[in-house]
Amino acid sequence: MVELVDFIARALVDDPDQVDVKRVEGDDIITIELRVSPDDMGKVIGKQGRIAKAIRSIVKAASLKEKKKVTVEII
Amino acid sequence: MKSVITTGKTLEDAILTAAIQLAVQRDKLEIEVLEEPVKGILGIFGGKDAKIKASVMQSTGDLVKEFLTELFEKMKLEAKIDITETEDAVAVNVSGPRMGILIGHRGETLDAVQYLTSLAVNKNTDKYKRITIDTENYRCKREETLTKLAKRLAHKVYKTKRKIVLEPMNPFERRVIHSALQKDPHVVTHSEGNEPYRKVVITLK
Repeated sequence: MVELVDFIARALVDDPDQVDVKRVEGDDIITIELRVSPDDMGKVIGKQGRIAKAIRSIVKAASLKEKKKVTVEII
Repeated sequence: MKSVITTGKTLEDAILTAAIQLAVQRDKLEIEVLEEPVKGILGIFGGKDAKIKASVMQSTGDLVKEFLTELFEKMKLEAKIDITETEDAVAVNVSGPRMGILIGHRGETLDAVQYLTSLAVNKNTDKYKRITIDTENYRCKREETLTKLAKRLAHKVYKTKRKIVLEPMNPFERRVIHSALQKDPHVVTHSEGNEPYRKVVITLK
């Protein structure tokens, strides 16, 4: 799931080197933390969070088989 | 982007060598001349070869295919990707065994994939191309369903003399409803609210 978010984020931003994705394992939830350069925040969030929502939709679809719920946080 | 650096007696020779090495037609190559050839005395002494950098030009369709191939691989989704490219649009048809996952609830995932693909491939181009992604004829069927729904609700509005507010829809789906009822003699349609919660309202004429 980390690779998936990393790939999508890199494709959207101007500065792919600053993309950093971490997986934080919780008891019944997995959080994927996405960090990008401050200038690229808009590129992964979008107007009214439209891009962030699309990223979450894709992650949700890809994680249907996971036992834990997966969420994406943009930090 | 794939590229090679080649040399040749003339620019033409160097370009042909590049085309062979990259295994593409020469009109698909973007050529950057690094060193102009210099003819030697009697064409033998002191001459210098031409040196070029040739890169394979990628169409938006190629970029779409590259992006989706990697995306599906990372989603662990087995899929075949067919691309149809025109002057201002790229239409993609995806097929495979688990396409329900790709479509998602009310096409949510399919829309997300389509939106992100469009952003990713149009990022560095000066000419915007519209990207549409479909699988198992989902969009076509959805259009049919929405048209039927629109007709049924229009009839209900006419019978009950009460307006009906539909659930939030994306621009494409709202357009389908509007155009389905455009010529209806009894009702008119308009949209209310802000994206992404904009809804179509059907009222009596």
